[in-house]
Amino acid sequence: MSAAEIAAAVRSKQRSAVEVLDEHLARVRDREAEIHAFNLVMEDQARADAAAIDRRVASGDDPGPLAGVPVALKDNFATRGVPTTCSSRILEGWCPPYDATVVERLRAAGAVIVGKTNLDEFAMGSSTENSAFGPTCNPHDTGRVPGGSSGGSAAAVAAGFSALSFGSDTGGSIRQPAAFCGVVGVKPTYGRVSRYGLVAFASSLDQIGPFTSTVEDAALSLEVISGHDPMDTTSIPEPVPSYREHLREGVEGVRVGLIREFFEAEGLSPDVERRTREAAAALEQAGAKVEEASAPSTIYGLSAYYLIAPAEASSNLARYDGVRYGLRVDAATTAEMNTKSRTAGFGAEVKRRIMLGTYALSAGYYDAYYGKAQRVRTLILRDFDRAYERFDVLLGPTAPSTAFAFGAKADPLAMYLNDVFTIPSNLSGHPAMSVPFGAGDDGLPVGVQVLAPPLQESMMLRVAAALEAAAA
Amino acid sequence: MPSISRDDVAHVARLARLELTDEELELFTSQLAAVLDHAADVEALDVADVPPTMHPYPLRNVTRPDEVRPSVDREEVLAQAPSAEDGRFKVPPILGEEP
Amino acid sequence: MTNALEGWEIVIGLEVHCELATQTKLFCGCPNLFGDEPNTNVCPVCLGLPGSLPVLNEKAVELAIRLGQALHCTVKPSVFARKNYFYPDMPKDYQVSQYDLPTNVDGYLDLPSGKRVGIERAHIEEDTGKNTHIGVSGRIHAAEYSLVDYNRAGIPLVEIVSRPDLRSADDAKEYVNELRAILLATGVSDAKMEEGSMRVDANVSVRRDGDAELGKRCEIKNLNSVRSLGRAIEYEAARQVDLITAGDRVHQQTRHWDEDAGRTREGRSKEEAEDYRYFPEPDLVPLDPEPDFLERIAASMPPLPSDRRARLAEAAGVEPTTMGVAVAVSRGLDDLARAAIDEKGDPARVLTHVEHNLAVEGAAAVEPGALAKLTRMEVDGALTATQAKTVLAELVENGGDPESIAKAKGFEAMDTSALESAIDDVIAANADVWAKYVAGNDKAVSALTGQVMKATKGQADGKAVNAIFQERRAASKG
Ligand SMILES: [Mg+2]
Ligand SMILES: [Zn+2]
Repeated sequence: MSAAEIAAAVRSKQRSAVEVLDEHLARVRDREAEIHAFNLVMEDQARADAAAIDRRVASGDDPGPLAGVPVALKDNFATRGVPTTCSSRILEGWCPPYDATVVERLRAAGAVIVGKTNLDEFAMGSSTENSAFGPTCNPHDTGRVPGGSSGGSAAAVAAGFSALSFGSDTGGSIRQPAAFCGVVGVKPTYGRVSRYGLVAFASSLDQIGPFTSTVEDAALSLEVISGHDPMDTTSIPEPVPSYREHLREGVEGVRVGLIREFFEAEGLSPDVERRTREAAAALEQAGAKVEEASAPSTIYGLSAYYLIAPAEASSNLARYDGVRYGLRVDAATTAEMNTKSRTAGFGAEVKRRIMLGTYALSAGYYDAYYGKAQRVRTLILRDFDRAYERFDVLLGPTAPSTAFAFGAKADPLAMYLNDVFTIPSNLSGHPAMSVPFGAGDDGLPVGVQVLAPPLQESMMLRVAAALEAAAA
Repeated sequence: MPSISRDDVAHVARLARLELTDEELELFTSQLAAVLDHAADVEALDVADVPPTMHPYPLRNVTRPDEVRPSVDREEVLAQAPSAEDGRFKVPPILGEEP
Repeated sequence: MTNALEGWEIVIGLEVHCELATQTKLFCGCPNLFGDEPNTNVCPVCLGLPGSLPVLNEKAVELAIRLGQALHCTVKPSVFARKNYFYPDMPKDYQVSQYDLPTNVDGYLDLPSGKRVGIERAHIEEDTGKNTHIGVSGRIHAAEYSLVDYNRAGIPLVEIVSRPDLRSADDAKEYVNELRAILLATGVSDAKMEEGSMRVDANVSVRRDGDAELGKRCEIKNLNSVRSLGRAIEYEAARQVDLITAGDRVHQQTRHWDEDAGRTREGRSKEEAEDYRYFPEPDLVPLDPEPDFLERIAASMPPLPSDRRARLAEAAGVEPTTMGVAVAVSRGLDDLARAAIDEKGDPARVLTHVEHNLAVEGAAAVEPGALAKLTRMEVDGALTATQAKTVLAELVENGGDPESIAKAKGFEAMDTSALESAIDDVIAANADVWAKYVAGNDKAVSALTGQVMKATKGQADGKAVNAIFQERRAASKG
């Protein structure tokens, strides 16, 4: 049952929120030990929340568009009084004194929060193997990674643990795991969804978005979480349209560009390429005008990203110093205490990125690394702007391959290369999403990526709905 | 740019308040060098005339009115502290002076 | 000490941090208050809790720009940056400040003495929390542990960086006093050095007279009053000159002023050079004030001390650098002085009274007409300077008409013949003192004048008495 169907049933008293929750919790009991999607299952709280929703419905109240919908949150969303770990030892046991704006909006819409999901530590990774609490397994093949960094959230929806889940996407952390787990994943326009309460990885790239089993649920989720937030300076003060309204209008006459550089990229596996071309053909069949597009600067995206994101991260993660919250390892002086706490609290990938970022910002290197990467960002934006003069949306693969096996990308650079198709949209701030489109030669899900100009989520979702229909 | 050296990595680790074992130092030096090598394509670009993009969505002059909002409860905050005393966060002696 | 500095020039630039007089902090809605219970004015933002984000206080921007305009700066589009370093009083382990693109640049400040001091920049940044060192002596190096209070973390500051245009401790003190007057006049800050809402660091170097190149400078911190600023500069300049004359050289470093010992002390040597890794703060967006916002601020600018000095000087027909003018403005008595001059008061005497006789509570409430009349009575010889002072004190206390007050006190001008005869009596009674005076001992005249004052019960005008004694001496010599 989709989130839209659940909410409709709960609002019309056809189903109770508690009953819906129990179904999902039963699946959690069944498979969670095997999958490890969650850092925390909030069974008691969720049951109390669901019962409260049912009481409201019974008393004639409308709890909102997500009434009784079980939702899972990536464990880097601040939840008041509930541990928020970022899958890091350094934050183990930390309970924020406040809720993220998105969490407030979900609750206000009637959602029932079932738990906090696993991630690569501080969202740094593409497989959830970097979690301090052990990896999440792909529900389609537990010998494979679910992708990352929002692997727990993707797996939760794929395994039916929750109807919806939410994650953050800094370089592909929603779209790539969505592709690997066979669900829909959306990274909205930067600034469309408030980041207040999302534990920062790279501030100018981070964006919150949903994982869903249908495109309609993605549209519904975005309607709930989008919109201006005075607590986030970078939040866009534009009204939120109804994303569901135009979802079924089809793609007749829609101009779709196939990003040449994505298809030419080395490392793109042939089965993923085939499925992506089939997706393009399906759109053409449905009346879209499909042509080749070019965004040549996107080939520099990966390099620029791995300078900008670590630089911002090195600063964002300085606050984990053992003074105010989280892990402290005692020492004779505060400076030594800082060092010992950070050394014990951060995993290898986080340390690697902190050092890379510190280096990129340090005296004598700023212009060559961070400064230059920000200029490359402009080139990528210009390429996209030019492409969108001719096209309504762009199309390409989400990830170079289907889900890989645990340990397959032990070399950091090999892992980073996984994000090559998702990163350009983070650098440009434009919306992009992954839609399941068939399977690879190994039988595992393939995701196709739809990219759109800023704030054009409606068109992006329309095209995604057409792909969903074609894949069915 | 010359590739990153072991000394660079050790210096950066100090700046970032991280302690590395000799093996980690070795490993991180080669791994960071590989990433920076990959970034050589960006380094080689002539983009002097291209302005940097700091924010993907161009906003400016975003401010809030000067109005008091409720602060958070001190006990709730201090309950999360590794160590506290007299309503304050307690830390070992601070030897370095403030820059 | 002054002798040792003969042939040397002291070069001083000041960095002044001021807390802005807002209701709330720079990036959150916590109250901007001094002296509250520790950690009661804190929230996720100013505690730097994971996930929190800053939102800029528009009033802080307005006040910073107001100050920039008062300092004749160019107000520029600006960008906030992160200054990265670890310190426990800084919740995020970076400070949000402005770096290469500050709000205010290239201004100046005119000192009452007439000197113009360049202002390099005046930028906005956030304050840090407060560490208290617990241990035997409460000093940092002997501490057993420290306690951190974040009430001050995130309070809006403006940092005003002067050009190295100051040349003496007096210059520096005058600059700080004038800056403080501007901050108060504009309502930008309450500028209390003792509460730390105004903090001054001094960059001091020395060079031989005539040298074009600047010497190596030391930054002096921990200056808690204008007085310690002056002392510290004098000490530090002498220390540097001593070093150089001894064949040594000055090392660029931070030094701390020790008020009790009356000396600066070397800061702890740093293991490595500072590397703050500044980069644009991605959680904030650029500031590019709209012209109408700038115009609104400019239109509501109150008169500044320098404007007020100029107006008063013009009214009094004196140079703006006249001491009485500066004092009148600094005491807020310039409106009174101008009004009194307007009402036909004697300008010189008005300024004299403001400078010497009105450093009291309630002085500003004196009726300008009464002050004017008082000075006219002096000009007319109806009151001596001493009597006028007494009448003025009564005017401050209870108001009234100076003429009636003078009458009530029995102040009547002595006519010249009465005064001359009193003087004759004093000369006769003190022949030995008179002889010394005639012989050239000028000091002897004060004893004689004292006797005249005594005899006339203070009604004699000291200046007139003096003049008569001089006249008599000349006559007796002739
Ligand atoms: Mg500063
Ligand atoms: Zn606050």
